[in-house]
Amino acid sequence: MTTTVQPTGSGTPTPAASEKRNIIGSVMHLRELPVILALVALVLVTWAINPLFLSPQGVKDMLLNATIVMILAVGQAIVIITRNVDLSVGSILGLVAFGTGTLFVSFPGIPIVAVFILGMVFGALLGAVNGLLVTLAKVPALVITLGTLYIYRGLNNAWAGGTQYFADDRPEAFGNLSVDTVLGFPLITLMAVFVVVIVAIFMAGARSGRDLYAIGSDPDAARVFGIPVTKRVLLAFVANGVLAGLAGVLYTSRFNSVGATTGTGLELDVVAAAVVGGVAIFGGSGSVVGAAFGALLLTTITGALTAVRVDKFWQQAIVGVLILASIVIDRIASVRTARRLRVSEARDV
Amino acid sequence: MSETVTAPPPTGTISALAPKKRSRAARLLLGRDAIMIYALLVFVLYACISIPRFASPVTVGFLLLDVIPVLLIAMPMTLVIITGEIDLSVASIAGLTSALMGVLWQAGLDMPLVLAISVAAGVVAGAFNGFLIAVVGLPSLAVTIGTLALFRGLALVVIGDNAVANFPPDLTAFFTSKIGGTGIPTVMIGVLIVMVFFGVLLHFTPFGRGLYALGYSKEAARFVGIKVARSKFWLYVATGSVSALAGVYWTLRYSSARSDNASGLELAVIAAVLLGGVSIFGGKGSIPGVIAGVLLIGTINYALRLGRVSDVVLIIVTGTLLILSVVTPSIFASVRRWQHDRQVRNSLPQVTTSGSTRAEHPAH
Repeated sequence: MTTTVQPTGSGTPTPAASEKRNIIGSVMHLRELPVILALVALVLVTWAINPLFLSPQGVKDMLLNATIVMILAVGQAIVIITRNVDLSVGSILGLVAFGTGTLFVSFPGIPIVAVFILGMVFGALLGAVNGLLVTLAKVPALVITLGTLYIYRGLNNAWAGGTQYFADDRPEAFGNLSVDTVLGFPLITLMAVFVVVIVAIFMAGARSGRDLYAIGSDPDAARVFGIPVTKRVLLAFVANGVLAGLAGVLYTSRFNSVGATTGTGLELDVVAAAVVGGVAIFGGSGSVVGAAFGALLLTTITGALTAVRVDKFWQQAIVGVLILASIVIDRIASVRTARRLRVSEARDV
Repeated sequence: MSETVTAPPPTGTISALAPKKRSRAARLLLGRDAIMIYALLVFVLYACISIPRFASPVTVGFLLLDVIPVLLIAMPMTLVIITGEIDLSVASIAGLTSALMGVLWQAGLDMPLVLAISVAAGVVAGAFNGFLIAVVGLPSLAVTIGTLALFRGLALVVIGDNAVANFPPDLTAFFTSKIGGTGIPTVMIGVLIVMVFFGVLLHFTPFGRGLYALGYSKEAARFVGIKVARSKFWLYVATGSVSALAGVYWTLRYSSARSDNASGLELAVIAAVLLGGVSIFGGKGSIPGVIAGVLLIGTINYALRLGRVSDVVLIIVTGTLLILSVVTPSIFASVRRWQHDRQVRNSLPQVTTSGSTRAEHPAH
């Protein structure tokens, strides 16, 4: 179908040269580039000041801290790309984490795999409630998920009451998931990386993944084009629920106690990680890999500040500045793209 | 008021005008605001009758003292959401103000100077939001998530994990004092002034009416001569200033300046504003409706607490109310659309036949 636009003129550069320039050009225009550069710079500067930062233990801590927010940010990115948002992830994580703790106490011999599956199914159900409310009632996701943020948290409070489950209540093998390492990488981090890769391939390659971008760019156009918008948005919320469920199970493995307030206030950190990672807040652009790097950057800052002995109180202010910087960078990039498109369209005419 | 009692026009036109006239009265009595106010009144009545110890001046006092921060911030927030924007950084501005107050007071400054500097910080914070959103043109949701972290972070930088509690006792006593035996807190006078100010600004000034136009369509608003950027900028300055006032109130009411004061309040404010009938898409909403929404959540929470229902259920109630308040109108709208579609189909039966013949056509 593209054969008709074969360039014929002699003025075009040789294929090899243009390809090379394209690769460099596309790397330069990667939305993930700023966040990756910032992460590399942060790690290098911190390492230069305090070499212990990149010791095996330092790296392990850095990755462990990032794992849970990373998974949540990937899920959030899927939802934000469709021009929605899910503020209830902190509450979903809390419910699933407490559910995981309860499972281990109520069924002492339960296989760990079963716990993972149940946690993700539970998360999927909670995500599906969000998705159904958003798609059927046609109400903005911001409002619906703000409501379910409260409701899920309330359910968690009602369920847990004053009860807390501690690491002693869980089998040692489960806790070891966040202690054991392979080649310096903690097991749960490897799981997170695996998730990122799978979701990234789906978002980049699968038809339904590409549909999510179309919906986020222009929901009406997507509907006219024949994309099942309702189904796809529901899919995005369910996927986010599954990932929040997974994060909930991993949270239980990583942290000592789970209770009524587990995961409170996490939602804005997660949205921030996605935004810092180059996911446009109004949908249609960005990638889950970027969101994962955003999460890694935001969580690494805490460790880096401690390593260079900056007052820990500065951490949150720096996170704020980073979020603002990434929005400004995104705006500059989109203005540039718009200008380039205008120029190239004018030339084509 | 006077338009409704004009002399009825003669003969035949009456039937044509009647529904229009009714709709004007109906709009006041059956509108979204009115329903919120009825809901509030019904609930207050129910609580007075069935919940022991509810109907007393003590109730009024504690209930109002609890809702004042949300009530204050909800006023400018209503205007911001009506223009189709949002401000998530309000609670962080309140926290920053509180932290500043603590540090400045600790440093030995006079109270008026402390108050002036703290409120000025809120104004500057609001102007910073306004600059990024209105002048640079960045999306408000993203910007205020950033400043939510930034201002809360600055509060931490200012005061660390200290708490300052030694504010002058007569001042903190004033902030919890009541007007005579009514049980109404004295500070409600100030809150009332803020409420009236934003009510008049939104409903009775060209600036305020322009905000609705802005919420419906930015382009159209620009064409009719509304200064879009300037309006938005001043709205964010307003949210910053009022959030600072709420921060001052919070500090002196609880007599404690900490960096995490008022954290999480932004979601409570937005929930109350949306419950009060403001559309998150912009262009719809009113100050009386929002006041009723804030008081309804406050009253339900207080009543449940009196009835020994745990805090657990409270947040479930808030969330459910919020979802119901947005889902119900949308269900009504879709039922109405379905009825309308059916009417249209019934009145135009030929459409289906012509459609079917056209569908057969390409087969030949």
